[in-house]
Amino acid sequence: MKADRIFLQVLRIAAGLSLVLLAAFFIQMFWASLPALRASGLKFFSGTDWDPNQEVFGAGAFIYGTIVSSVLALLIAVPISVATALCLTEVFPARVAGVISFLVEMLAAIPSVVFGLWGVFVLSPLLRSTVQPFLAEKFSWIPLFSGPPLGIGMMSAGVILAIMITPTLTALAREVFLSIPTLQREAALALGATRWETIWIAVVQNAKSGLWGAIILGWGRALGETMAVTMVIGNRPQISASLFAPAQTLSAVLANEYAEATSDLHISALAALGFTLLLVSTVIHLGAKFWIRRGREA
Amino acid sequence: MRTSRAFDLWRKWKSHFAMLLLVIWCALAVIPLFAILLHLLREGASSIDLGFFTQVQKPVGELDGGMAHAILGTAAQVGLASIMGIPLGLACGIYLAEYGGRERLASPVRFALELLASTPSILVGVFIYGAVVVPMKKFSLLSGALALMMILLPLVARTSEELLRLIPHHLREAGLALGLPRWKVILSIVLRSAWPGVWAAILLGIARIAGETAPLVLTSFGNPSFPRGLDQPSASLPLQIYTYAISPFDEWHRLAWAGALVLVFTVLALNAITRLTGGSNERRRTE
Repeated sequence: MKADRIFLQVLRIAAGLSLVLLAAFFIQMFWASLPALRASGLKFFSGTDWDPNQEVFGAGAFIYGTIVSSVLALLIAVPISVATALCLTEVFPARVAGVISFLVEMLAAIPSVVFGLWGVFVLSPLLRSTVQPFLAEKFSWIPLFSGPPLGIGMMSAGVILAIMITPTLTALAREVFLSIPTLQREAALALGATRWETIWIAVVQNAKSGLWGAIILGWGRALGETMAVTMVIGNRPQISASLFAPAQTLSAVLANEYAEATSDLHISALAALGFTLLLVSTVIHLGAKFWIRRGREA
Repeated sequence: MRTSRAFDLWRKWKSHFAMLLLVIWCALAVIPLFAILLHLLREGASSIDLGFFTQVQKPVGELDGGMAHAILGTAAQVGLASIMGIPLGLACGIYLAEYGGRERLASPVRFALELLASTPSILVGVFIYGAVVVPMKKFSLLSGALALMMILLPLVARTSEELLRLIPHHLREAGLALGLPRWKVILSIVLRSAWPGVWAAILLGIARIAGETAPLVLTSFGNPSFPRGLDQPSASLPLQIYTYAISPFDEWHRLAWAGALVLVFTVLALNAITRLTGGSNERRRTE
């Protein structure tokens, strides 16, 4: 029928548009970053100096900041999220679990900029006045906790990111635990395992590969977070061993400098940072999906 | 295996202890939500008055500035993004769910939407900056709306595909058996049965883009007064909160808290309503 054919054509055009959009996305990002990559070569990734005035562009400090802040976030968020997911699937009665998972979802809905606001005025001062002095006093021999407790810096960014990715990680981990057959749990209980032993042997051990997939997806989420991070990390492109020191991430520098960049090479260098982030997050996403799919088949 | 009584006791206590630890960790996941909401209420509630909704940003030093321009800017950008993104997203969703099996375009499109959904939102801003802002030679409300549209599109498309797939096949067959054309079956039977869920997904998508800040920094840029046209820079609520928050002025911090309170309660209300009424869309949230 004619109307049907037109209808399908319209849908095809819409679907094709989203393909074109993605292609344009990648091509444009690559194209915009070419001048800077040509000018700096491989030094763009290995160099750690970033000085737009002198047109010296090295992404090293941003890459370092992105990796350290997101890994710190994972170290905090993974135990909390896994425990929460276990509570939701194994421990709490359905009604309590419903309320908790509703609250966790509400946390996910809070906009990034609000986390940033809270981070600047509540979390960072709290870290500066209590947590960091404590760590500096007891563990100052570890380089991670050396230097003056500034509040604003890598540690604040890590904690804020941890709070922000907890809902994602919890939802993913929960799905993994739900996919474990009840029979496994019953078998463990029947062998005389305690409640915790059941959870550990029957649930967690069987969920390992799925959990890794969830962690990698959560990592990808943490890498790209922008506003909250840029508000609490201090925005200084430096590599410092101390978690108290200010730092900078790939996404945060984009939000900070893009609108104010004037020289073409500076804009191109920023686009190159964006392209790097795009490639990394795409690879991580696809890797995690592949991992999860493989885990399901095995 | 040892089976002494002491060992059993140890196992029992270890279990109790582990359970306690799990519950404490679970509490740690929820505490930030309350901490944030509490602070928003404490710092922001007293600053929400008529002036907040009617005034624009005032020069430093003057009191009684407001967020009217930002609220209007957000409404305009989110509205425009919805007008473009929702039909496009629905069309993609329908295409994938109803024709996906036979169409060669389907799996690349699905893949493209998945990648779009997983990209950090700031990069959408970088893309629109290069593709729209630079050619137009200025920051504009329109470019902000386009960036938000790119974030909304995969959200709507992927959930509507999933929800349409859940509609049982015999409904489609019944429609076709009555002699209805396929497009009519899809629009007035399949889409209509899935509509409550689809609508909930759309509302959640709108709530999501209403809070987006990062891409707007590079596209609609911000503006201390009302937007004067689609091709002019525009403020938006999240961006204005950011501007106020990173300023060194107490008066502006006050407005930032008030703005955040309004934004969070709007977004949370949209979320709570759709979750409590529209049924669970949990599967989508895990992507």
